Amino acid sequence: MTKNLSAIVIGGGHNGLVCATYLASSGVKTTLLEARETLGGGLSKQTLRDGTAVPGLIQTHHSLNDKIARELKLQSTPCEPLPTTLLSTSGEHITLMGDKVSGAGVSARDISEYRAFREEYLSYGKALKSLMLNTPPRLKHFDWSDKTVFAKLGLDLRFGLGKAGLNEFLRVAGMNLFDVLEERFSSELLKGGIAADALFGNHAGPKTPTTVLPMLMRLFQETGSTASRQVAQVDNLAGQLAEAAKSAGVEIKTSTTVHSVVMDNDKPTGVMLENGDILNADIIVSNADAKTTFLKLVGARNLDGMFTHRVTKTRTNGDVAKFFATFDATPKFTNLSQNASSGRFLVAPTLMYVERAFNHCKYGEFSEAPVLDIHLTTLDNGKSLLSANAMFAPYNLKQGWEAGRAAFEDKILDILSLYAPGIASQVACRELWSPTDIEKSFHIEGGHWHHGEMAIDQSFMMRPVPGAGQYGTPVPGLYLCGAAAHPGGDITGLPGRNAAKQILADLKGRR
Amino acid sequence: MHDFTKTLAPSPFYDRIVAQSQTQNWAHWNGYQTPRVVDTVASEYFAVRSSCSVMDLTPMEKYRITGPDAKAFLNRLVVRDVSKLKPGRVTYVVWCNDEGKVIDDGTVFHLSEGVYRLCAQHHQLDWLRLSSIGFDVSIELETHDVAALSVQGPTSYSVLTEAGISGLETVKPFDIVHTQLDGFDITVSRTGFTGDLGYELWTEPENALALWDAIFEVKKRGLYDIRLIGLDALEMVRIEAGFIMPGWDFNTAETVIRDGYDRTPYELDLGWLVNLNKPYFTGKRALAAANKQPLKRKMVKLILDGNKVPSGSFIFDRKDGKNIGAVMAHSWSPILKRAIAYADIELINGQVPKEVSVEIYYQKELAWKLHWARAEVTDKPFWTPKRRSITPPDAY
Ligand SMILES: Cc1cc2nc3c(=O)[nH]c(=O)nc-3n(C[C@H](O)[C@H](O)[C@H](O)COP(=O)(O)OP(=O)(O)OC[C@H]3O[C@@H](n4cnc5c(N)ncnc54)[C@H](O)[C@@H]3O)c2cc1C
Repeated sequence: MTKNLSAIVIGGGHNGLVCATYLASSGVKTTLLEARETLGGGLSKQTLRDGTAVPGLIQTHHSLNDKIARELKLQSTPCEPLPTTLLSTSGEHITLMGDKVSGAGVSARDISEYRAFREEYLSYGKALKSLMLNTPPRLKHFDWSDKTVFAKLGLDLRFGLGKAGLNEFLRVAGMNLFDVLEERFSSELLKGGIAADALFGNHAGPKTPTTVLPMLMRLFQETGSTASRQVAQVDNLAGQLAEAAKSAGVEIKTSTTVHSVVMDNDKPTGVMLENGDILNADIIVSNADAKTTFLKLVGARNLDGMFTHRVTKTRTNGDVAKFFATFDATPKFTNLSQNASSGRFLVAPTLMYVERAFNHCKYGEFSEAPVLDIHLTTLDNGKSLLSANAMFAPYNLKQGWEAGRAAFEDKILDILSLYAPGIASQVACRELWSPTDIEKSFHIEGGHWHHGEMAIDQSFMMRPVPGAGQYGTPVPGLYLCGAAAHPGGDITGLPGRNAAKQILADLKGRR
Repeated sequence: MHDFTKTLAPSPFYDRIVAQSQTQNWAHWNGYQTPRVVDTVASEYFAVRSSCSVMDLTPMEKYRITGPDAKAFLNRLVVRDVSKLKPGRVTYVVWCNDEGKVIDDGTVFHLSEGVYRLCAQHHQLDWLRLSSIGFDVSIELETHDVAALSVQGPTSYSVLTEAGISGLETVKPFDIVHTQLDGFDITVSRTGFTGDLGYELWTEPENALALWDAIFEVKKRGLYDIRLIGLDALEMVRIEAGFIMPGWDFNTAETVIRDGYDRTPYELDLGWLVNLNKPYFTGKRALAAANKQPLKRKMVKLILDGNKVPSGSFIFDRKDGKNIGAVMAHSWSPILKRAIAYADIELINGQVPKEVSVEIYYQKELAWKLHWARAEVTDKPFWTPKRRSITPPDAY
């Protein structure tokens, strides 16, 4: 049934690679086209001005869902559990490691509460499994498979969580992080850190309604892997995925930008490359974001009016900038041992600090005091590399990023100096990628972390928009397989895998 | 721009309309004060069918569509192929939502190369704007910036010629000409909503009264009778002519609340407008799919026996049989001397029935009575006089 059928995957992000591998393994002749020189999308290496190679956008990620690792036969690289340190200007830092929280200023109550909180919320995350590992059910024109997913979700929620658990889940699922965290913890630093971790990549502060949802989506990622409750450092995942794709028979072309999807009689028949070449295939799968896919590659002229409008209206402006600084010697953070300083650090000292940081971006300003997710590594040449996800840095900065770039770099260094006095003067080379830069070099419209906001109205069967929420699109034979599709962004491989399953199921149904 | 603090706006012809109104019986149409009846419905109806009627068309929703992609935009908007519509021509169109359900109907005027006017039944700016994403096109609401009169009836050609508009003898149905009257520009199209010989005249609001006076001067000179008409008479003639009214005769998509209460062009007997061979347009995939399915229901035209009009009537496959639908619009047709109606009915075994039974409730001396009328289903307009289409028109 899949014999003699061909597919083109547009984009070699991790999701494109995962999807292509599944398709090729099932006998579909699959070609993957990537605009960048290297594979992996957000995971693909990029070189700084001073020649330092950095692992693309990603600093740390959860290991891929076990199911995918198994199905794709990835050799499992044991990943070290990685502590997250919540920095305090007083030097009373808090360290999170799995369910454990430690630090001088943490109360015994917060310690036990953190364990209970993790257990509870991980169980909520786990209860979403049937939703995350499947095509989201349609609300209209319900069929058997839609019902099954709903039924499984219902059973997992009711029996997985128990009656009291279900009640609590339903209570918090629509709440904001601020209220939920205020109910449970007393340490400001702890609350700030949990909130920041959940919010990275979203246009939301802790007081934004329904922000518990993105936290649950992230916690779910921890429930599916054996290296669970850990954050893996960037390893060679992109390389492994590329190897898996090649051995499954995927033909891969890098430095190959797709200009448009070729349509004949309202059906896609292939793609046209930037150089004018045309490649034909039965199925076209896009790892690009929804706006790129529909508005640029397919074009409004091949789509319905309301659908086009919906795609245009999705919120895809990123709020996270990437900051890099190199140092000749490892910078010294107050009260951190040499050993701890090669981990992951968050600057989010209170819930209100995060909320205030968010306020600015609503008005097209970057945060006066940004929230930072910092990662330190020692390079082969002995130098030190600090990379940071810095939020909030709105795509549509009022003064424009050319004018605002240096000022935001200074803001980040001002904040870093509070935790590592003198750090600013030790910087050998610094570089900032604004969302506009990310848009350009990673080909993500708006430079958005998740290829589009992960708010409830853009999630599940409504991701990226109703009508394209089941990997298939209104254009028969065209599919989405990237972060724009359910269940969204981060390194999970889930959109890629779910899309492949859906495509294969559709192919089975067709003669 | 009219003053939106006023509930109803006066049209540029307002002073003349008020002066002629014998009844002061007003309706509102698209924000304008519009006569429902000027004198009597009968005299207005017969002005359309036997002499010359004038109606203020200014309130009709109008958009000016220009820009490099104007043609491509319109062709993606409507279900009909309008890409070959020549400058100086008009065509009737409907447009659908993504699900292939009709949003509205109207006419596309190709005024001059690349400059279009779209007339619509309902306000469409939001739909037009969202449909313009990806097209280099400018869409301007011009309802309030164009004064328009509809002059309809067998003597309309003679009246307008007497009024000083020359060159109408070569104007064919759905043609547009740009000409002059007493030194100001007017656009004349041989179009209308009456199914009769008739024209629509378009000009700048500042010329409105001069245009009006030039027409009614013909009456003053004792040459022809000319009557201002209201919406009630228009309702009768448009039903006779076979025109449907979105929002009245059927639910328009994007306003309907429940699934299944909106209609495809096929269900409205407008399948002839749908061109599945032209480039993609909104609703095309849905309509291609719908076209493969057997039709379940259809808007049909009924000619009833007897003299009772089927107001709000249910339709049955036979007397006391199965209820298959209801009347959506109806009229007594004086010219046919028959009761006529549009009915939205379910097909019987996949077929449009040849005849149906109509359950009519009517009053006799204020007492309610029930009458079953046999009705013949017809697929032609009820009234299509030859004079509507011949060029040059007969000079009555
Ligand atoms: C600043 C920033 C920091 C982030 N940090 C983290 C982090 O620390 N941890 C984490 O888990 N996630 C992080 N993310 C999120 C993560 O990068 C994305 O969610 C993830 O990369 C999505 O994977 P993907 O495969 O769906 O898409 P992508 O990784 O975006 O890959 C899409 C690929 O498609 C290609 N493409 C697009 N258009 C075309 C075309 N026309 N022709 C050919 N190829 C095309 C692109 O070049 C790209 O390689 C971060 C995101 C940002 C913006």
